Amino acid sequence: MAKRSIVPFGPQHPVLPEPVHLDLILEDETVVGAVPSIGFIHRGLEKLVEKKDYKQYVYIAERVCGICSVGHGIGYCEAVEKVMDVEVPTRADYLRTIWMELSRLHSHLLWLGLLADAMGFESLFMDSWRIREKILDMFEKTTGSRLILSVVCVGGVLKDVDSGMLNEILRVTEELKKEMKPVIDTFLNDYTVQSRLKGLGVMTRDQAVSAGAVGPMLRGSGEPYDVRALGYAAYKDLTFEPVTAQAGDAYARCEVRLKEILQSLDLLREAIEKIPEGPISVPVKGNPSGEYFMRIEQPRGEAIYYVKGNGTKFLDRFRLRTPTTSNIPPMVDMLKGCQMADVPVLILTIDPCVSCTER
Amino acid sequence: MLHYDASSCNGCDIEVLDCLTPKYDLERFGVINTGDPFQADMLLITGGVNSQTESVVKQLYSQMPEPKVVIAVGICACTGGVFKECYNIKGGIDTVIPVDVYVPGCAARPESIIDGVMKAIRILDEKRAAAIKDRR
Repeated sequence: MAKRSIVPFGPQHPVLPEPVHLDLILEDETVVGAVPSIGFIHRGLEKLVEKKDYKQYVYIAERVCGICSVGHGIGYCEAVEKVMDVEVPTRADYLRTIWMELSRLHSHLLWLGLLADAMGFESLFMDSWRIREKILDMFEKTTGSRLILSVVCVGGVLKDVDSGMLNEILRVTEELKKEMKPVIDTFLNDYTVQSRLKGLGVMTRDQAVSAGAVGPMLRGSGEPYDVRALGYAAYKDLTFEPVTAQAGDAYARCEVRLKEILQSLDLLREAIEKIPEGPISVPVKGNPSGEYFMRIEQPRGEAIYYVKGNGTKFLDRFRLRTPTTSNIPPMVDMLKGCQMADVPVLILTIDPCVSCTER
Repeated sequence: MLHYDASSCNGCDIEVLDCLTPKYDLERFGVINTGDPFQADMLLITGGVNSQTESVVKQLYSQMPEPKVVIAVGICACTGGVFKECYNIKGGIDTVIPVDVYVPGCAARPESIIDGVMKAIRILDEKRAAAIKDRR
């Protein structure tokens, strides 16, 4: 047996912008085990629910993570609305869906860029992020900020988007479709990308399900599980089919995300065509009492929001289970047997969002 | 330039990375993002300090060669921001290491990050000139 050595990976690491620490147990160049340790970004956000009232807390929920910020806002608000029996206007549901899909686009493009960067494919990284800027511009035009939008509130949304701006979003989606073509082509057909991703970190359907993988990780192994199919917000009115790939390797996960980009563009078009006129929010009176589990599909996978109210304006408990939390055990399984040089790429294929995980 | 995420929500981190991509492109000012503290003279920190990152921040700062500047990006890095009341947040970066430039915003916009970096370059030049003077 070769001698074992332990290589620390992180917390400050050039590949990942976020601090995550892994102890990699190596036999020569092969990884035989990985021990993750987390807690570098733990702030204690769930506890803040006792200090901020339930309407203020929306802003804290949005700051759980800067990438999937809209999603966290929507998840939290929908949970509180369900507790309080608030019926959200249809237009608000559609606007939420539009922002959610835009945020999925920007998150996936960001991930593609980071993956290209981890592979050392610098120009592809720059190209993905250049395209992503267009989506951030759309955020800025519709809400006023680039990343943390703060447009969702309990009872609806804070800002309306007029028809001129909706047409502008449509125009941008058409433009993006054209611009995405060469990028998708490179990711799926380029020899360099294929040799780095194909056959890397293979996970069968059973393994993925039993390890509790969610999101593109699970769909990349062939399991068509997507919470959007449950039909929260406006998804019940939109035609939607979960994207899957069968191979279960890093390439398949990349393929799923690329196809989801195209799907999001289609969903955006459909939502903008179907959006009804009407009010964007309803006044919310009283305090939440009771509890509710809300599930929504974040760009990284299924996120669960648990809210418990006690009849005062401060909630008793807010609990959040983020997609990265459930994707860490499959990642540790996946790392066993891979080469040391592939570790950054493999970690990236789960699209880790450490600030969500540790809150 | 060395970038470290102390306990940020990712928003500012992404904006820092955005500064390096084609639209904003910090490299035209001669700033290169590196992962190695020994080769960096500018430390860019996002997010407030918590008990676990405190030692990491101190270590990174001590590993960098003199003269060096520290930029706190985002309101959390400046004062603690919305997370100030959290039990695990100690406050801004200046509770642990000296900070030269504060960049406010949630999330800090790329324009203001670039402005902060330009200010930091000026401070770095002054520090360097002062160090050379001392040596003579």
